[in-house]
Amino acid sequence: MAEVRLEGVTKRYGKNAVPAVENVSLTVPDGGFVVLLGPTGAGKTTTLRLVAGLEEAESGAVFIGGEDVTRVAPAARDVTFVFQQYSLYPHLSVYDNLAFPLRSPARRQSKAEIERRVTEVAELLRIPHKLKNKATQLSGGEMQRVAIGRALVREPAIYLMDEPLSSLDAKLRAELRLELKRIQQDLGATILYVTHDQVEAMTMASQIGVLSEGRLVQFGTPRDIYEDPDTLYVAERLGTPRINLLPADLLPGDVILPGTKQIGARTEHLKIDQQGGAGAPGRVVRIEHLGDQSHLHLEVSGHALTALVDAHTPIAPGAEVRLSLTRPLCFDDGGRRLRAVS
Amino acid sequence: MAEIRIEQLHKAFGDFVAVKDSSFTIDDGEFFVMLGPSGCGKTTTLRMIAGLELPTSGRILLDGEDVTFNRAAERDIAFVFQLFALYPHMNVRQNIGFPLKCEGVPRAEIRRRVEETAALLRIDHLLKKPVSGLAGGDRQRVALGRAIVRRPKAFLMDEPLGALDAEFRDLMCHELRQLHDRIGATSVYVTHDQLEAMSLADKIVVMNHGVVEQFGPPQEIYDNPATMFVADFIGSPSMNLMRFEGQAAEGAEAIAMNGATIAVPRVEESVPGGSLALGVRPEHIRLGEEGVLRGRVYGSEYLGTTQIVTLETDHGPIKARVSSQIPAREGETLGLSFITERLALFDAETGRAIKTAARREAAHG
Repeated sequence: MAEVRLEGVTKRYGKNAVPAVENVSLTVPDGGFVVLLGPTGAGKTTTLRLVAGLEEAESGAVFIGGEDVTRVAPAARDVTFVFQQYSLYPHLSVYDNLAFPLRSPARRQSKAEIERRVTEVAELLRIPHKLKNKATQLSGGEMQRVAIGRALVREPAIYLMDEPLSSLDAKLRAELRLELKRIQQDLGATILYVTHDQVEAMTMASQIGVLSEGRLVQFGTPRDIYEDPDTLYVAERLGTPRINLLPADLLPGDVILPGTKQIGARTEHLKIDQQGGAGAPGRVVRIEHLGDQSHLHLEVSGHALTALVDAHTPIAPGAEVRLSLTRPLCFDDGGRRLRAVS
Repeated sequence: MAEIRIEQLHKAFGDFVAVKDSSFTIDDGEFFVMLGPSGCGKTTTLRMIAGLELPTSGRILLDGEDVTFNRAAERDIAFVFQLFALYPHMNVRQNIGFPLKCEGVPRAEIRRRVEETAALLRIDHLLKKPVSGLAGGDRQRVALGRAIVRRPKAFLMDEPLGALDAEFRDLMCHELRQLHDRIGATSVYVTHDQLEAMSLADKIVVMNHGVVEQFGPPQEIYDNPATMFVADFIGSPSMNLMRFEGQAAEGAEAIAMNGATIAVPRVEESVPGGSLALGVRPEHIRLGEEGVLRGRVYGSEYLGTTQIVTLETDHGPIKARVSSQIPAREGETLGLSFITERLALFDAETGRAIKTAARREAAHG
């Protein structure tokens, strides 16, 4: 495993096109699990492909383990790639699918060594009893495990993963999320992972890189990105329900900084008082029961707000409440975060 | 506006029973969701309501009128399919107006109703645009518009958001519900996504293998699952089910589970010894020094204000949802305690919930 570094990398598809990736600098630390998060078209996959060598940077440099690989062919870069679609060899057994990368003539591994490695990875992925199955005789989740396993049998400098869980159903995705994280920690693997799923980013990443229109707009731990976003755009990427964006003067509250144009208020920044009291008057429009919690849809002078409440909060649609803010996130007219000077 | 009543509905394709003696009522103006894994019979049921499929036996009543064998066109129901098929050579206005044109509605009336519908969907600015250039969400809105414009008694929707990506699905989900609240027409919606069902529905019917497992308001289904299938299917992460050999006597306020004694809500029916399961939702677990069970932290997943901690215990892996302020380091051993009044007991052989003081008999198909 090794550290991977991008320095001022730019990539354009076509000479006069808008850059797909623009001046991106970021470091994936050795043993780190970095997740690139952003909506479709933000430049996530291009960044990944630049590290793999499937795309060539127009300017800037890519370093793997301190070595400049910007102009090095993909095969010589010591990376493995896991794609969204599990492309297994349907005519081969699970064992042979896993062993395939090791049997490459360029690697020349002994049979015993291959067997040791395949068995080890199968244990890790909890599929040792499936090794003799044909790849087509597996469930979707097992197939994707094998696809991940095929990357894991090699021990490259970095694993590159492009939405490897997105084709799975919700339950399986949740299960593999936890496993992938555990495997990464057990192996001390370095992973660069692309997703547009905020839950994957939050739960697996050691650091998240948020991309917007080809630029890296913030890089930090999930907690940093969630609690301390630099921009409104970043604040909107994490959190369910989505952060409420409100005019600065809609609700009274403490620590609203001078120059604030918009307030970002998550549930934990909202005080909802059912007994009258201080605050701006609001009305409960709808209660969305999600089981463990409920989303309270509120209206305050024509603005819609959503807050999270305990599942059994005794409140009904139409109820009048008072709302105020506690230490919300403040943004200027450019969507940049304003921070209190301490 | 319409009430839809399903009575003992049964559908077999040869030897295969797709829907088995199902009964439930969809109230007038309700947003009703049919939920279950693929192959559970939800789409077949919907197609029978629409008249696209005829039942083997049973009845379908629309506003009290028996429509079981009426043709689809005679039912005054609009169907929105998973893939929004729009006419590519027509613009938005023509696409929305098409069903009315087919019915021979006068031009001025079509114009008025198309504009009204477009305003409702907030796509009035797009009326002159060709549909080929529209973004996914707007295409979806046009497809909905074509259903709404007829002002049918009920809307039937088969996973209309299935093809959209997650962020966008949340948005459309919300919009769909707002639209329902504005129109107030009975809506029947099929999905396999439990979160979508919980967030949209006034009432949910959970189906599995052609059988109605449970039917009721979302929160009630979540709080009082009638079967282990429902307990597992609803909630993310789902209810922890710890299986054990033991018994639950009437009046008991604790159970013995593999050597651990756990307080439960008072048992209100007698269950002979055998395979049982204790069900606990992740958010009803407290982690600390002390507890009725001990578990080793296998991993934790940060979710902002909360986190999901997976623990390995003598009773299998258990997931707990706790505040993200609580430290849970991998490998650490913690005590687990449960909120007693929220625990559920199941007969693991039949999968049925055992009656306790906390959960009276839930509606069971």
